[in-house]
Amino acid sequence: MEPILTPFKMPQPPPYQSKGLLGWFRSNFFSSWFNSLITLLLVYIIFNLADFLIHWAFINAVWFGDSAKSCPNTNGACWAFVTDRWRLFVYGLYPKELYWRVDIFYLLAAITIISFLYSYGRWTKHFRITMVIVFPITAYILLLGDVFDLKYVAPENFGGLLLTLVIATISILGSIPLGIILALGRTSELKVISKVCTYFIEFWRGVPHIVIIVMFVALLPIFIPDGAKIDVVVRAFIAFACWNSAYMAEVFRGGLQSIPIGQFEASRAIGMSYWKMMGYIILPQAIRNSVPAMMNTCIGIFKETTIVMLIGFSDLLGIIQMSLESSDWIGPPHIFSSAYTFAAICYFIFTYGMSKYSTRLENRSNIEQY
Amino acid sequence: MSKENIISFEKVNKWFGDFHVLRDIDLSVTKGERIVICGPSGSGKSTLIRCINRLEVHQKGTIIVDGIELNDDLKNIDSIRSEVGMVFQSFNLFPHMTVKDNLVIGQHLVRRVPKRDAEEIAMTYLERVQIADQVDKYPGQISGGQQQRVAIARSLCMKPKIMLFDEVTSALDPEMVKEVLDVMVDLAQEGMTMLVVTHEMGFARTVADRVIFMDEGQIIEENTPDAFFDNPASERAQNFIGQVLHHL
Repeated sequence: MEPILTPFKMPQPPPYQSKGLLGWFRSNFFSSWFNSLITLLLVYIIFNLADFLIHWAFINAVWFGDSAKSCPNTNGACWAFVTDRWRLFVYGLYPKELYWRVDIFYLLAAITIISFLYSYGRWTKHFRITMVIVFPITAYILLLGDVFDLKYVAPENFGGLLLTLVIATISILGSIPLGIILALGRTSELKVISKVCTYFIEFWRGVPHIVIIVMFVALLPIFIPDGAKIDVVVRAFIAFACWNSAYMAEVFRGGLQSIPIGQFEASRAIGMSYWKMMGYIILPQAIRNSVPAMMNTCIGIFKETTIVMLIGFSDLLGIIQMSLESSDWIGPPHIFSSAYTFAAICYFIFTYGMSKYSTRLENRSNIEQY
Repeated sequence: MSKENIISFEKVNKWFGDFHVLRDIDLSVTKGERIVICGPSGSGKSTLIRCINRLEVHQKGTIIVDGIELNDDLKNIDSIRSEVGMVFQSFNLFPHMTVKDNLVIGQHLVRRVPKRDAEEIAMTYLERVQIADQVDKYPGQISGGQQQRVAIARSLCMKPKIMLFDEVTSALDPEMVKEVLDVMVDLAQEGMTMLVVTHEMGFARTVADRVIFMDEGQIIEENTPDAFFDNPASERAQNFIGQVLHHL
């Protein structure tokens, strides 16, 4: 039989799916009568919503004032509450004459964040490591004082955004290394270590946070007389670090399980010890794979800091609530809704920033690994 | 070539649960010997060579590698592992490191070679496996054949006395098998002690000093490659070769 030969075809450009802006509109919004109906309905809803929000938040809003009387219009936001009380939100109950110490804290925090956002050539690593070491130490000295002629400020005076940031940072930075250790322990081949870590994780994960925080702060001093000597704030920090590390441990365990067994075998076959294998081969990959879940937990931790309201501290949300109850601002409910809208925006800015940063981390590791 | 044994197995037994994978294995390998191990799947070939660097732990019998008996003493195991190179079916390169760093890390961490020297050694081996132009790429960016050659170079730069190859061409596209086998033939000609689990009969004929045929956890037949492939003595080996050749 004669062979059948097919002529070789040159590559051609793909066909155009739609032509121009009008074509794009038609195919995306009005491709059928049903889709057109949905489009029109959504446009109507969005238009009304935007109309209401613009009127409420901008046109009818009151921006300045010193009491509830300045906001008589219930159809508009009362931003006067925020502009009047912003110092309290930002500095908490910190002594007025020492605000400069908090200012430096915020500045250092900003520099630390910036050091992680951009690349600075060969200085990137040095800059980041320096800030990660310098920031917590200076922050500790500055905020608490009691050294270098700095006046002591009791942690009970922390509040507002300052307290939220301090608790969130300590909980996140404390729970990540603890979580890694617990995850390694739980996956360990040594039965005793594995069991201890498993029960630790299960305990802290299983008990409601409210119960833990109340136990730590109210009941611990009763059971352990010396426990009373540990500061309430420190006890709260330990509680936060413990239960969050339990969540983190499970996040990292998931990351560890995502690493193919071949990676362990290849490291072992080269002659690496357990710690070298974990430190250089397994954990770098496992942590990368855990970034989305880890950020999920971090955002959870950030929002969960409001639980300290239960033990008498006023974080950002707490201090907003406290201000609403002050005699100047007790008034119609639109002040309430304005205040809580402001709180929501504040929390959202931070959590959205965290989520954006994690997306960047993921993209960067994807580029390296293809 | 000296006739001293570098590996010896004596009545080695291993079980996975109730499954008896290795049954009374006796085997000695002299320095510089090239051995090809073949047999049907599940016959224990991979397990056998994985016992040599203790990725698998045997339960009965003795294994002596380079004069050191493999037992539960951890110190022994790390030093033996750095003397025994192993290449896997699925390459197992470290995906978060460049090709060059894949070769540097082991030397630096285990052999304590300074970084600068380790990089130089890495480059000589990468040139040998003809991949020196890809050093800054990540494993995910190069082909399977190239990855496997990097994996061989990674083992070689640890300066091992023994090399183990566990079905290294099975996961490769057919057109990439030759480039990997060529590297292995080169290595064999230099006098490296090699244990190779493979079904590549052409490779076995050109390189091997001895072919070992395994089935159901036992060594059924040992012979020179030509004698084994042309006149297999046991019925099982005859069936096996018939199937493999039929397939080719």
